[in-house]
Amino acid sequence: MSEVAAAAPALAGAATPGRTRRLPRLRPGPLLGAAIVLLLLVCAVAPDWVAPYSPLKFDYRGTLRPPSWAHPFGTDNFGRDILSRVIWATRIDMQIAIFSTLFPAVFGTVAGCLVGYFGGVADLLFRRLVDLVVTVPFLVLVIAIVAVLGPGLVNMYVAVSAVGWIFYARLMRGEILAQKRRDYAAAGRVMGYGWPRIVFRHLLPNAISPVLVFWMTDMALCILLGSSLGYLGLGAQPPTAEWGVLIADGKNFMTTAWWMSIFPGMAIVLAGIGFSLLGDGVAALVRRR
Amino acid sequence: MGIVGRIGLRLLQIVPTVALVAVLMFALMRLLPGDPAIQLLGDRATDASLARLRHEMGFDRSVSAQFWSYLEHVATLRLGDSITMHVPVTRLILDRLPITLMLTGMATVLALLIAVPLAFVAALREGGAVDLAIRMLGQVGLSMPVFYLGLILLITLAAGLGWFPVGGIGGGFVENLYYLFLPALTLALSLAMVLMRNLREALIEVLHAEFVQFATAKGLRRRLVLGRHVLRNALVPTVTLLGLQIGSLVGGAVITESVFAIPGVGRLMIDSIFARDYAVVQGLTIVLAVLVSLVFLLVDTVQGLLDPRQEAA
Repeated sequence: MSEVAAAAPALAGAATPGRTRRLPRLRPGPLLGAAIVLLLLVCAVAPDWVAPYSPLKFDYRGTLRPPSWAHPFGTDNFGRDILSRVIWATRIDMQIAIFSTLFPAVFGTVAGCLVGYFGGVADLLFRRLVDLVVTVPFLVLVIAIVAVLGPGLVNMYVAVSAVGWIFYARLMRGEILAQKRRDYAAAGRVMGYGWPRIVFRHLLPNAISPVLVFWMTDMALCILLGSSLGYLGLGAQPPTAEWGVLIADGKNFMTTAWWMSIFPGMAIVLAGIGFSLLGDGVAALVRRR
Repeated sequence: MGIVGRIGLRLLQIVPTVALVAVLMFALMRLLPGDPAIQLLGDRATDASLARLRHEMGFDRSVSAQFWSYLEHVATLRLGDSITMHVPVTRLILDRLPITLMLTGMATVLALLIAVPLAFVAALREGGAVDLAIRMLGQVGLSMPVFYLGLILLITLAAGLGWFPVGGIGGGFVENLYYLFLPALTLALSLAMVLMRNLREALIEVLHAEFVQFATAKGLRRRLVLGRHVLRNALVPTVTLLGLQIGSLVGGAVITESVFAIPGVGRLMIDSIFARDYAVVQGLTIVLAVLVSLVFLLVDTVQGLLDPRQEAA
């Protein structure tokens, strides 16, 4: 997964000619990304304002209705409004984006700082761990952990966190390795500062930007992963409206009611585009500094 | 060092990594709370039957004794019996592996067939409308989960137009090519978007390189310049990326096999999870780790052939 992420910021740099300007020029891509993410956040925070119907209200006289003005995304096999269900699902999927990345980002950053700065046995062990994570497909590893813990959202967070921090730590370790050789780090040591001050007050702020950029992209990837696990039945469990679960619900009606799966999927694509465009914007901002 | 030496070295490097995977899987399966015997037989199982199952699976021995016999088994590729299907895990995996290999192989070929021409067109018209369109396509493709892409293809091409079967596999090799085309295309499209994005970057960089200008200035035909100088140099980072993507490809295969009901190892993995068949999950994870390591080795070798400078490094 980190390879996809690493590829993303590369594009942003190519399209930024205005390097000398003080204020970042408002480019359409990142603006669109920010707008999409904002929209999703509004849906996540206040779905009851945005959604036209209750996501749980059954209507047995109006089941499997194709898209119409009353139900823009159609209705499902229980007559529930799909647009409303997609909007309510945003809450779960945004939760996935945040909860699956928060611990890895924070813990991975600190761990990367420490192994990068001190090296030694811990660094050796860490590099073995990186080999392992690169060798076993991320999804397979997460699935294996979920298999032991049992399906469900919380266990999914545990599984993703248990593996995901390594990507952040690897990124941070590389940055710290480069920063600690710089003169200002040596100056700090000469001044007699303790290592916590050097690492967290001086090196960390200079090394954090790639991690921030990766965090944005990682949120998009975690939405994809979370919905994939939801689809497989290993993530969010059925009565919960989650995009992947909604798509799985619709799979049985693939031939008769395509709208049941297609619209929730569009929400995933929209979220993915939003977060990665925003990530590109953050990358461009960081580069400008 | 010669190519044989390099391969030998990389083969040796696989051993500790796979050993670490094996240790991790053992720790995961044994040290987490919960008694697998109770989970298998249910809460109402008698003490006698629980004890018998624990003895059969070796759970009544000390953890260190279990660990040693486990390592011995992994090293000799005896991965134990499936708890639910009562068949050796190695047998189960070997039966299903060819389908998954065929699926991922077809996907890789298709991905290259899609990515290389698109990247070329985009790079040659850098900044133009076609380039923009291809880049936007890439952006959408990267944000599309594999299972959703598969479902769209299934709804349109298989269920809608009836051009392809809705799932499963055929009888022989040729029939399988037909049955696996849509799943392979699904996997290929998501891989192609990643490859295309990076190959485009690499091509643009090479197109601006001095040796390309020189080759053009010296009067070489365009096709020769592009084919011999540009493509070869841009392919090196692409092959590296292709290798790094193998993990995502295998992960994607797990999902694709579920969407298209293909009896490969990915489907086996998901089925085993729901059946709580830990022996199969454990064995599969190790086998997949070995396979991915072997692909890394292959990529390393191909890289050496494409770019002889790396031999020296």
